[in-house]
Amino acid sequence: MSAALPGTVEADVAVVGAGPAGLAAAVASAEAGAAVVVVDAGPQPGGQFWRHRPESVEPDPDGKGHHGWRTYRDLRARFDAARHSGRITYVPGQQVWMAEKVHAGFVVRTTPTVTAGPTSGTADGGSTVVARRLVLCPGGYDRQLPVPGWDLPGVMAAGGIQAFIKGNGGLPGKRFVIAGTGPFLLPVAAGIAEAGGQVLAVLESSSPKAWLPHLRAAAGVPEKALEGVEYGAVFARHRIPYRIRTIVTEVLGTDCASGVRTAKVDAEGRVRPGTERVYRDVDVVGFGWGFTPQMELPLSLGVETRMDADGSLVGVVTERQESSIPGLFLAGEVTGVGGATLAVLEGLTAGTAAAAAPAPAAVVPGLRAMARHRRFAEAMHRAHPVPAAWQDWLAPQTTVCRCEEVTAGEITAARDDLGAHHARTLKSFTRAGMGWCQGRVCGFAAACLGAGPGAAPSIESLSGAAKRPLAAPVGIGELAALKNTDD
Amino acid sequence: MNAASDVLVIGAGVIGAATAYFATQQGLTVTVLDKGLPASGTSSACEGNILVSDKELGPELELTRYSLDVWHGDLAEHKRLWEFESKGGIIVASRESSLASLNRVMASQAGYGVRVDRLDPDDLRKAEPHITPDALGGAFYPEDCQVQPMLVAGHLVRLATQAGARFVADTPVSGFLRSGDRVTGVRTPRGDFSAGAVVNCTGTWAGQLAALAGVSVPVLPRRGFVMVTEPLPPMIHHKVYAAEYIDNVGSSDAGLQASPVVEGTPSGTILIGSTRERVGFDRTVSTDALRLLAGNGVSLFPFLEHVKAIRHYHGFRPYCPDHLPVIGHDERAPGLWHAAGHEGAGIGLSAGTGKLLAQALAGQSPDLALAPFAPARFGEQALNSTTHREEATA
Repeated sequence: MSAALPGTVEADVAVVGAGPAGLAAAVASAEAGAAVVVVDAGPQPGGQFWRHRPESVEPDPDGKGHHGWRTYRDLRARFDAARHSGRITYVPGQQVWMAEKVHAGFVVRTTPTVTAGPTSGTADGGSTVVARRLVLCPGGYDRQLPVPGWDLPGVMAAGGIQAFIKGNGGLPGKRFVIAGTGPFLLPVAAGIAEAGGQVLAVLESSSPKAWLPHLRAAAGVPEKALEGVEYGAVFARHRIPYRIRTIVTEVLGTDCASGVRTAKVDAEGRVRPGTERVYRDVDVVGFGWGFTPQMELPLSLGVETRMDADGSLVGVVTERQESSIPGLFLAGEVTGVGGATLAVLEGLTAGTAAAAAPAPAAVVPGLRAMARHRRFAEAMHRAHPVPAAWQDWLAPQTTVCRCEEVTAGEITAARDDLGAHHARTLKSFTRAGMGWCQGRVCGFAAACLGAGPGAAPSIESLSGAAKRPLAAPVGIGELAALKNTDD
Repeated sequence: MNAASDVLVIGAGVIGAATAYFATQQGLTVTVLDKGLPASGTSSACEGNILVSDKELGPELELTRYSLDVWHGDLAEHKRLWEFESKGGIIVASRESSLASLNRVMASQAGYGVRVDRLDPDDLRKAEPHITPDALGGAFYPEDCQVQPMLVAGHLVRLATQAGARFVADTPVSGFLRSGDRVTGVRTPRGDFSAGAVVNCTGTWAGQLAALAGVSVPVLPRRGFVMVTEPLPPMIHHKVYAAEYIDNVGSSDAGLQASPVVEGTPSGTILIGSTRERVGFDRTVSTDALRLLAGNGVSLFPFLEHVKAIRHYHGFRPYCPDHLPVIGHDERAPGLWHAAGHEGAGIGLSAGTGKLLAQALAGQSPDLALAPFAPARFGEQALNSTTHREEATA
């Protein structure tokens, strides 16, 4: 990217994120007359969900393998039009490392996106956005649970595999096993098969029976059933085995993943003896245990939080998607993981409200649709929980924090011997979550281990795991060059 | 009513943990209460310094030397538990004027027995190859050490409980039990705890706890930010700080100050400290503080300009108006003891503080006179008690 970066930009509304929620929020705000700045870590709009190959390579992507592509095309056309007319200033390739509430509104400070781990050398500098209102749509990332061997090369997050396919048009391997829980495993496996990969099995820890108490909620969103039928056809065409109440108990391999050991589990996730099975010649193991919303920015601004049905920490919002901090709006995963359709509806609502525009007539049907999607999401979370007994799958020497190489045994020792029941204290005692990723990968698992077998972490522990005073790594040279922006 | 103990320690930071540990070594029965978990206050938001180099002649230096003996003596067997490193400290002067003051300080420190070696620019570059080319010279303090402070607190509490102490987490104190003027225990949401002696080890919050007992202990918070870099191969081998640091430590100036203190940690991250400002218990992140830390870090080690910060944290250093801690019995409220207000030196001083206090609690004459640290030395009258007073029922 060679576009000159603005130093300081002022706007009515700042939107962080350009995925489904962020694009929708930006478009709604701009169309309601606000001057909008959109800051996004990605190089082009779409976020994780609508990630696509570089537009320089493929200027007019056909949306193959995407859902809601028509919605994307519509939002994107309106986004581009608003950019053209000067309503939207788009700042791609920049991560927000800090957001502050000031007298005049909000200050958002950005730094060039770091794509692959630690680097040396500062590229171009960051920018500073000052806006009267702020809409945070930072999305989420795959929730990971450690299991013996999960730190081997070749083990990926299910969402990481999908992003790889969408972003590169290729595959990260040839023979795959996909495991975890939830409907998201289906599009990942289908995407692999359609791209020419072989999926040896999809392993679902839960069972379709878990949906039975929630059929009413599921029926409220019939398009999800249609998606299911679509995946069923792909699975049949590619002969992908779908095994329920089954987990990966160990990733096999020495230098990289070469296979998996699996087992049947009961409803709590306890392994049923005698059901072990081994899959060999596996290149890539993809795990998906739901998603963790990126809460560092909302938390740094002090929003009120709650625990969602999937055990994630999320922000509390009003009907207009406003957080407990006036002028700060949240949309998408940070208000509850519920899929792209819901994220778009929330983004439209938040963007309209942030532009301080009166709610248009379309808002009421939007509210109803959001309520339906939220009921569906809750049903899905309850039908696909993280298995209560997952901690039993760990061996003491299983790595939990990959950055700092902290094992499950070290964490449980700190819990039992040193009284570290919260993620924050565990971090102090064991360094779990102190490395490069700052606990984004292991934070949920460490909080669960602190709470103890079968127990859910407290909201305080989850907050401790999710607070990151620097929301992204930032160059010390950049920090030294900061200007004093007292209001 | 919970079981009575000889000593009730309030606060499981590093000072409370050391006090509890040494009290059990004295054969006393000990209960430790904390409003949260061990090391969840200032002990988890500092740099783990055990410094001789920033001390001037006086009671704090005496306590520092005594503490060093305890770290290297009584506590030596546990060194590995808390990543104890005798790494040595280096003070760097980059201006003629600060070199002159550094030379003066070195001469006077050497006069009262602090081990210090002068470093010319070549020595300095041998010791720290990445130091700024502007460095004119420095001083090496071989006695300076570093520990991982959370592990010190966590393991001392564990060792104390193994020796019979009881630790109760998530138990804030809401008031004191009294028998006449005498403090006989505390009230908490988990019931009353009675003890022969109650020790206030609540650090920055010590003044608030003392007020519940009707006495004034002027411990105030001073906020300090520390920045943490991405993990790197070893680049910095000592605790390295600028000559201006010494001036800031003793300062009562309310404004934001920062002097570079840069050091590597066993995990590869580099800590860049630290700011000092008096803003009460304000937790708002200050970009000014981050800018100052970053700029000062780069001025000592220019390579840091191209390194990424991945985290920062801040803590509230507890300090008293005369910059000495409060250690000992409070005759204004018999039965109440204090060990707090160690400012930026609490980690290093914890070992000596705990041992001396335990001697006094056991009725012995402490190895070092505690008079300079007397809680009532500030001269205020006992405040009107807002405490829930009652006759002891135990």
